[in-house]
Amino acid sequence: MPNDSREEAADRARPSPARTPRPTPRPTPVPGLPSPVSLDVNTFIGAFPYRHLPHPDPDVLVRVLAREGVARAWVGHLPSAFHRDPSAGNAELLRALGPFAEVLRPAPVVRPDWPGWRESLGALVAAGVPAIRAYPQLWGMAAGDRQLVALAEACAGARCALVLTVRFEDLRQRHSLDVAPDLSAAHVRELARAAPGGRLVVTAAGKEFIEEVHWGLTPAERAHVFYDFSWIWGPPTDELAQLFRTIGSERFVYGTMWPLRLTQGARANLALLPGGGAGDALADVRGW
Amino acid sequence: MTVVAPLGGPGPLVDVHAHFFQPDGARADWAALNASRLSAGERIGITYHVASVLGSWGRESPTYFQSPRDTVPANDFALSMQRTHPDRVRSYVAINPNDTEFALGEMDRCVALGAIGLKLAAARRCDDPLLDPVIERARLHGLPVLHHIWQHRRRHWPSQDISDGGDLAVLARRHPQVSFILAHIGGGGDYAHTFAAVRDVPNIHLDLSGSGIDRGMLDDAVAAVGARRLLWGADITLCTGLAKLWALDVIGLSPDDLADVRWRNAARIFPTGAFPSLEPTPHA
Repeated sequence: MPNDSREEAADRARPSPARTPRPTPRPTPVPGLPSPVSLDVNTFIGAFPYRHLPHPDPDVLVRVLAREGVARAWVGHLPSAFHRDPSAGNAELLRALGPFAEVLRPAPVVRPDWPGWRESLGALVAAGVPAIRAYPQLWGMAAGDRQLVALAEACAGARCALVLTVRFEDLRQRHSLDVAPDLSAAHVRELARAAPGGRLVVTAAGKEFIEEVHWGLTPAERAHVFYDFSWIWGPPTDELAQLFRTIGSERFVYGTMWPLRLTQGARANLALLPGGGAGDALADVRGW
Repeated sequence: MTVVAPLGGPGPLVDVHAHFFQPDGARADWAALNASRLSAGERIGITYHVASVLGSWGRESPTYFQSPRDTVPANDFALSMQRTHPDRVRSYVAINPNDTEFALGEMDRCVALGAIGLKLAAARRCDDPLLDPVIERARLHGLPVLHHIWQHRRRHWPSQDISDGGDLAVLARRHPQVSFILAHIGGGGDYAHTFAAVRDVPNIHLDLSGSGIDRGMLDDAVAAVGARRLLWGADITLCTGLAKLWALDVIGLSPDDLADVRWRNAARIFPTGAFPSLEPTPHA
């Protein structure tokens, strides 16, 4: 979905009660998917500092998911990625998603170099969040940073997924102030090796990144690392088909990067797999 | 036999920014890549791929600075794809304007063999008067000009003498009778800059191709230049092309607007008869 600005503007003009649980649009089968997809692991709400995002709001996301045939989403708070202290953004995220709890599950930020981060993590886990987001490349944390490892271990102990974001935008279009590097494959390898009991979900990684991580881990370590395919290409280079063939479709989860990117991208990628992806089972995310 | 509905929806569809790879190029898997494009095109419902081959794709001369020696077999290969798939493939003649006399001759040769458009990459910034003779020759042949563009050139990038929307606007204003296709608004850089740069240059059309699928890009393109100046295309990533087709379905375009973007604008700016299976369309 691009802007969807006209469609969404019409939607938003309709009155809807705030702060109360809302009827949830049901996902419907859509072309190109063995729908409904049960989980989109890579969505956000909120503004992006470097360009305007139309309607990055939870009520819009709920309608988009229904239209795209996706049952639930893990939702991050985009501004918090760029905040020094994520706590206010986390609170805002939990408040905003409250009315949509049936569909939208919060994925707040825990910054492991911040005082009291273990208590913050504990409170978020107690609140039932399924995943924690971390942005080591925005915090200046190198691969193997001991605090980052501690966060991964704590998430593993809490049976909470740790979501990493390789990039937010294509390198070629970034704002002149947006100079943070992409997440490195070494970051992921180090975390997978240090906290093998946890679940790492890597979003917006390209083919070479994924291959470098996967083949740089033992089979046991690989088993806990999952990737979305929001930044992997289909025909004619057929990168996604190749990765499904070489490292296995079960290493992949559905992720779209809404509202930064079109939600249709992931669906198109699956639809263009040989056989429409009918024989390619993604990771089993029941219970996630 | 079961008829499968095209993934890209019903109706004609022209990809104005396609590429094929060739045996003398840098990729050993050239045949598989070409087969994959054609196969995916069938599933998406692409009526015509309008394609170029950029020299040896870096093997003997740089992709964006192709030598004359690489140019001829590359164009020959594109034309051979057109002959092999007459119902699906059309070709651009791709040239490096620095070798101007050679380029003019190559244009004449390839048009005589069936090329329907001129492809210029990044061997010379496009506001340079050096391009004027080849653009004038394109006008004489009635060819639209697909020009590789970096959306907002803030600095030099390696391996390209890159142009942006502002540069193309300069060239297009010098040649108001020629239709220009500004390449891949999703192909890297800041498309918002492009929209502002070409908004008031009516002979520039924007092709939607490229791997970028930023939410908001399509709406902003429609708002900037209108559906009559947009052309669907995929470039190297057909998956993102399909995603954009699906997105076009939900941004509020009228059926007429959608048909313009999918194929009618292409039928208007390419030479009459370039797409025989498509219904006649009044030319621009």
